[in-house]
Amino acid sequence: MSAALPLGENQTELARDARVERALAFALALPCLIVVALCVLIPCGWLFYLSAFGNDGSLSWENYERVSSGASYGRIFITTFEVSLLTVLACVGIGVPFAAFVNSLPPRVAGLFVAAVLLPFWTSLLVRAYAWLVLLQRNGLINTALIDMGLTEAPLDLAFNWFSTVLGMTHIMLPIFILPVLGAMRNIDPGMIRAAASMGASWGLTMRRVFLPLAAPGIIAGAILVFVMSLGFYVTPAILGGGNVQVISMRIARSLSNFSNWGAASALGVLLLLFTGALLALGLMAQRLILGARKGQDHA
Amino acid sequence: MTVIALSTVAPPETGGARTAAVEIEALCKSYGSFRALDAVDLSVRPGEFIAILGPSGSGKSTLLMAVAGFSRPDSGRIVFGGRDIVREPAAKRGFGVVFQNYALFPHMTVLENVAFPLQVRKLRPAEARERAEAALRTVKLDGFGGRQIGALSGGQRQRVALARAIVFEPQILLMDEPLSALDKSLREEMQIEIRELHDKLRITTLYVTHDQREALTIADRIAVMDQGRIVQIDTPEVIYRRPQTSFVARFIGEAAILPVGALAPAAVVGALAAGRPRAVIRSEDFCLTPPGGDAAPVQVSGKVQNLVFQGDSWLIRVRLADGTAIDVRAQRQFSDQVARLAPGAEIALWLPADRLHFLAEEA
Repeated sequence: MSAALPLGENQTELARDARVERALAFALALPCLIVVALCVLIPCGWLFYLSAFGNDGSLSWENYERVSSGASYGRIFITTFEVSLLTVLACVGIGVPFAAFVNSLPPRVAGLFVAAVLLPFWTSLLVRAYAWLVLLQRNGLINTALIDMGLTEAPLDLAFNWFSTVLGMTHIMLPIFILPVLGAMRNIDPGMIRAAASMGASWGLTMRRVFLPLAAPGIIAGAILVFVMSLGFYVTPAILGGGNVQVISMRIARSLSNFSNWGAASALGVLLLLFTGALLALGLMAQRLILGARKGQDHA
Repeated sequence: MTVIALSTVAPPETGGARTAAVEIEALCKSYGSFRALDAVDLSVRPGEFIAILGPSGSGKSTLLMAVAGFSRPDSGRIVFGGRDIVREPAAKRGFGVVFQNYALFPHMTVLENVAFPLQVRKLRPAEARERAEAALRTVKLDGFGGRQIGALSGGQRQRVALARAIVFEPQILLMDEPLSALDKSLREEMQIEIRELHDKLRITTLYVTHDQREALTIADRIAVMDQGRIVQIDTPEVIYRRPQTSFVARFIGEAAILPVGALAPAAVVGALAAGRPRAVIRSEDFCLTPPGGDAAPVQVSGKVQNLVFQGDSWLIRVRLADGTAIDVRAQRQFSDQVARLAPGAEIALWLPADRLHFLAEEA
């Protein structure tokens, strides 16, 4: 359409201004791009490079063949994904109702609850993992209390298993999940809820048909974030899993610390990166499918 | 005193299934020390279209939200269908509501939006679809069912909101400034359409607006609100011609409010005023020539301060002897007289006696 218009006399000047503006905007992003290049792209390239050399220093598929042939590696990958998925489910199950509750509060009170969620975010991962151990281990607070109350005779196995691992990871991931979900819920016009009520919809129906679908973009974003971060978790599964929950990060660490095998460790890292990338792409596609159907909703 | 025949007759009661009466009795609502509703009484007849008109903060939206069930009044009753519904949740009342920002569901299509209240009522999908499409036809949006809300213009969204509010055949329709987001020409078009829709469906309607012209255009009766009270409720013509307070006179139309003493001759005006101290004169009622036939025309004079051509009329600001400025709207018929005027010129204004309205002393 613009081609049909006659060129104005300011055209060249305007084009130059636009170029300058773009260059300035790019300059703003430059520091960040340099950091990304140094800290992400180069190490990742190095990882690919290392994974391609066998023990004898020659170019080979050796590292990848070992991963694909050993059943234990498959098991570890599955465990990693399962633990991450359970963490996501726990975050959704706890985080969505909590965010909906906080969203319904008056702003000042809501701020307190958000602060309460963010508070554990400021303590170290290690401290939180050991804090859970204090509570969960065989002679920990919970078991002692249960035995003292006579509710159980022998201590329960609460620590060093899947339960404690997922619990610890959920605890760490919850703030990361809740923030985008709360953001999405904040953007929902309270008028929508009133409108649904005015049409006779019950609370449950309003939640299912109006509130949750409108919060879905935030829930999906939070879930993807939690899932991807959980895949690379090391400290929490190592401490709270107590060796009974083998995730991929632990195997990578062992390859390096016990065997100094950079090739094998790199191959595992590359595979994790590829799997994560593939899942992320799937998740984003799903999100686009949901959102694509309602483009332009925001300028209501 | 001559009195113009004003239409004070409410529309005929149709007795259709869709029409119902609402009685609002002594409704009060406070936010902290602010009295949003101060003992509001309002009796809405079946099938009637009432505009609730007032400036922002006058309580008009609070009143509507109380009827809708979104805001619980501190005291008072809302009687509908023979019982007090104040404690009934909004979802149980079954009133259609059109919101100021429409509150359409962005994740649903136009048809899904309009069918939503029918799904809530567990209609068969085929029937729900049929009725939703019929409602879209009613608001002149046939063929728009598959559109996304984001792809609609403001006026189209407004129509979808209207269709969604009437599709389940509510007995009461509540509208909260539904046209305020539209531009002027579209707003005026929609006013006529909403009025036509009401004449067709005869759903009892409460319509909140701050636009006096909109209220005059659309309503059977106008309830003027100020500071949490209904200060006057009557037909548009009575509200315009016979305002009961200076607030109503000033809020609706252009009016000069003058002490009776500013008008001459004193004997004639005194007899008309019958003890009431102030006269309300609509700016378009001033004549620049003596009206024919009137034995003793009422007159007021002053100096022209300025005059502005506004297309359909001239707006003349006149400063009276006591210093008050009044606005006079001179129609085309007086263009000869206006042509002779200039700022500073003496001007004589005549008033047909039947256009004079007097206000009693206000507390």
